[in-house]
Amino acid sequence: MTGGFGHVLDLITRVRGVRGAMLVAGDDGVVVAEQLMEGIKGAAVAALAASLAGRLHRAMEAAGVGASVFWHLQADRGTLLVVPAVASGILVVAVAEPDVNIGLVRLELLRAAETAG
Amino acid sequence: MADDIRALSTQLAQDPQSLVFLRLADALRRKGQLDAALRVALNGLERHPHLADAHDLYARVLTDKHDYARAFDEWDMALRIAPNHTGALKGLAFLYFKVGDLAQAEAHLDLARRVEPDDPTITQAIEMVRGGASPPSPEPAPASEPAATAASPTAAVSAPALDESRVFAGLEGAQEGLLLLDAAGRVLGGALRHATGGADVTDAVAAYLAGVSQEAARTTKLLGLGAWTGLSAEGRAGNVHLAQPSPEALLLVVRERGVPLGRLAILAQRATAMARRWLERQG
Repeated sequence: MTGGFGHVLDLITRVRGVRGAMLVAGDDGVVVAEQLMEGIKGAAVAALAASLAGRLHRAMEAAGVGASVFWHLQADRGTLLVVPAVASGILVVAVAEPDVNIGLVRLELLRAAETAG
Repeated sequence: MADDIRALSTQLAQDPQSLVFLRLADALRRKGQLDAALRVALNGLERHPHLADAHDLYARVLTDKHDYARAFDEWDMALRIAPNHTGALKGLAFLYFKVGDLAQAEAHLDLARRVEPDDPTITQAIEMVRGGASPPSPEPAPASEPAATAASPTAAVSAPALDESRVFAGLEGAQEGLLLLDAAGRVLGGALRHATGGADVTDAVAAYLAGVSQEAARTTKLLGLGAWTGLSAEGRAGNVHLAQPSPEALLLVVRERGVPLGRLAILAQRATAMARRWLERQG
């Protein structure tokens, strides 16, 4: 499912080590578009990512560091990277291998967020 | 020397807020009682976190213990507080020399010489660096430390169990940018100040972070990524890092935007190790 956002997700999934990418509605955690490897439960991941983004957003605002521009959750066998598109409230999400080039994925996520926003 | 230490210990016991801890820790360090020196320095740093001399002293003890990475951070901190601190400049020069960065070593000594042009030891150190010899370390301790006992003169100042009450004692930003929480968002240690306003926001942030650890764990499990090891976030005015010192605890590190996420992760690793030790001691 990509709708009209296929080209936006392509920007991200073409980076080596990226397993998939999604656009998620930040307020309700619904998948807007996705390009995921088989076996990844997009809807559930989207809901959790949106919830996590919400908590993080509130905590960061309270701490005075402002809304998050980019965040990534590191795990033993991979990483989840997220950029919130401010204007639309959409979260641009990537799932990647642990040794992915974080800086490059970040740039592509920011670019995708601009397009999606 | 022993009499000095005893007298200084007594003075400090009578007035724990005084700066006599600087002289006491240095005396202990020179005598080779490095663990005792470390405790005194850490205790003093806890009470005077914005005193450059306290960071300098702590760095000297760490250097004597060959803990160069933490010594570097302490001297770096001393310079942020007091950019012309010659002790810190000389200390960093020594560490740069040790890792083979002669240019940085000389640059730091040059800065020190500009501050204290009449100090012959700085000129001598510059000449040594230029000649490829190591500049003198910040007055190394002469001997290994005898075992501390309860009757040790330092016992009076070695603390009402410093680490028992202060999770992040001695760590940069312990009272304004480090927070340890339990799973329900209750504060276990550290404190947080608003990045721009300076107000205490410890409880508010803790409340918002309740449940984050479990949610992160569910997300990574669902993705087949295994256990989560950290969460880094870049904000418009600052950066944050979350880590999990134990399954029931969450650690938050907050720093200004100028501190890159990579450095923040290193700082978080150190804080996580301290938090883990503290949690273990709590049983």
